[in-house]
Amino acid sequence: MSTILFFLPFLLLFAVLAIYAERKVSAFIQDRYGPMEVGYYGILQTVADLVKLLQKEDIVPTKADRKLFLIAPILVFTFVFAGFAVVPVTSGWEGAPIQTGVFFLLAIVSLDTIGIIMAGWASNNKYSLFGAMRSAAQIISYEVPLTLSVLSVVMISQTLDLQQISIQQGVHAVGQETNYLFGIKALGIDVTEIGGFLTWNVFRVPILFITWIIFFITSLAESNRAPFDLPEAESELVAGFQTEYSGFRWSLLMLAEYGMMLLVSFLGVILFLGSWNSPLPNIGSVRLADWTTGEIGTLSGHLWSAFWLIAKALLMVLIQIWVRWTYPRIRIDQLMSVGWKYLTPIALFVLLIAAVWRLFMI
Amino acid sequence: MENEQISAFGEVLIFLIGGCVFVLGGLFSSKLIHPHRPNAQKLESYESGEQPIGSGWSRFNIRFYVVALLFLLFEVEIVFVFPWATVFGNADYIEATDGLWGWFSIIEMFVFIFILALGLAYAWVKGYLEWPKANVTPSDFKSPVPQGLYDNINKKYQSTKS
Repeated sequence: MSTILFFLPFLLLFAVLAIYAERKVSAFIQDRYGPMEVGYYGILQTVADLVKLLQKEDIVPTKADRKLFLIAPILVFTFVFAGFAVVPVTSGWEGAPIQTGVFFLLAIVSLDTIGIIMAGWASNNKYSLFGAMRSAAQIISYEVPLTLSVLSVVMISQTLDLQQISIQQGVHAVGQETNYLFGIKALGIDVTEIGGFLTWNVFRVPILFITWIIFFITSLAESNRAPFDLPEAESELVAGFQTEYSGFRWSLLMLAEYGMMLLVSFLGVILFLGSWNSPLPNIGSVRLADWTTGEIGTLSGHLWSAFWLIAKALLMVLIQIWVRWTYPRIRIDQLMSVGWKYLTPIALFVLLIAAVWRLFMI
Repeated sequence: MENEQISAFGEVLIFLIGGCVFVLGGLFSSKLIHPHRPNAQKLESYESGEQPIGSGWSRFNIRFYVVALLFLLFEVEIVFVFPWATVFGNADYIEATDGLWGWFSIIEMFVFIFILALGLAYAWVKGYLEWPKANVTPSDFKSPVPQGLYDNINKKYQSTKS
C-alpha cells in the first residue's frame, strides 16, 4: 500500500493546522490573541482563507513568461511532495523501498530550486528575480552542510534506507545490531535491549548531537523559514519569488513551503531522534519500550509508531515556528558566512569524527 | 498486496502523479469559481505601485555564480562519499581484514575530503565568500547636542537595568 494514502490528506490537514498554529503561536509570543472570529477560538480561520484563495482571480502579468509562470508552482509542490515517497509512516508501513532512500530524498528536494528560479524568472519582476536568486543561492549553500550532516548519520547506520535507519534506533534492533552506550564498544554496556531514547542516534553516537543542530539550522534555511527567510523578506523584496502570484497558484507555493517544513522535520526525526521508536526505555522487568513500541505489523505497532513519529515531527515543526517568531531575519552576507564559513567546516569536521566513531562502535 | 508488486520507483511515480493530479484538480476547481476580469493595470508588473521601469530581467550579482560553483564542488564530493559511507564500516569486511578495511578506507577518504576542503579554503582566502557590505562612513555633521548628554542617558538606563 502506497504511503500516498496517508501523506496527501495528512499534508493538507497539516498545512491547515500549521498555519493556524503559526498565527496563534506568533500571537501569543507577541502578547495578542490572533484569529478569534471564525470557529471556536478561530480554528476555522485557515479553512476560510483557503476557500477565499480558491475564489481569487488567477492573475498572469502581461510581461511574464506565461508558460513557465503557470508551470512553476506545480513543479515546486510536486517535487517537495515526491520527497515524502521514501518516508516511513509506521514500523510496518514504510515508504517506497528504495535502497538509496535518503539520497533520493535529498536529490528530489533539490529540484525544488529549479521551480523557484523558474517562478522568479518567469514573473519578469525585479523583486521576483532577486528573491529567486537569493533563494537559490541560499538553498544550494545550505544544501552542503545539510547533506554532510545526513552523511554523518549514514556513516553510523551504514545504510541509506530510512526504514533500516529507523529500526536500528530502537528495541527492534535486537538481533540485527548491537547498540552500546554512547556507541563506544570499549565501555561494554549493551543498551540494545534497553531501547528508548538511549538508542536514538543523538544518544547512540553523541557527536551526532552537533550534527543534529547543524541539520536543524540548515533545514530552516532549506524551507526558507525565518531567520533565513531572506528570499521573501517582505520589507525589501515584497514577497520574493511569489510576488506576482495570486489565488490558488500562490497557495500552492505556500503549501510547498509548509510541506518542506514537514518533510525536513520528518527527516530530522527519522535520522536523529529515534524515528518511530518510543523514548521510554526498558527498565528491568518494566518493559516500557516494548509496551510503547509494539510488534512490527500488529495494530498496536502501527498505532504506537505512527504516534511517536508524527508527534515528534510536529514538535519539530512547533520549534521551527517558535524560532521564526523569536529571531530577527539575518542579512545576506551573514547568511553566506554562516553557511560557508561556519556550518560547512564544522559539518566536515564532525563528519570525520563520526567516521572514526563508527570504527569504535563495532 | 502481493499481486500488485509495484517497483520501488513506481511508488515515487505514484507520488509525482498524485501530486500533479491534486494540484491540477485544485487549479481546475479554482478555475470554475474564480472570476476572470483582467485589465491593463491589473496585469502590469508589480513595483510597489509605481510604473515599472525597464525590464524585470535585470542584471544580478556575479557572486551567485561563485556560490553555484562552490556548491558544485561539494556536491560532486558528496556524490562520491555517499557510496563509501555505506560500506567503510561494514562489520564483516572489517573482521575479515582484521580492522585494516576500516582504517585504510577512512584514511583514503580523509585525503579526498582534505583536498576538497582545500578548495573551500582557497575560495575563502581569495575572498569569494565575502558579500559586499555597505560602506557606512560616519557623516561630519556637528550636532549641537553635546555627546555627554547621550552618555548620561545611556548610563542612567544601563544602571537601572542591572
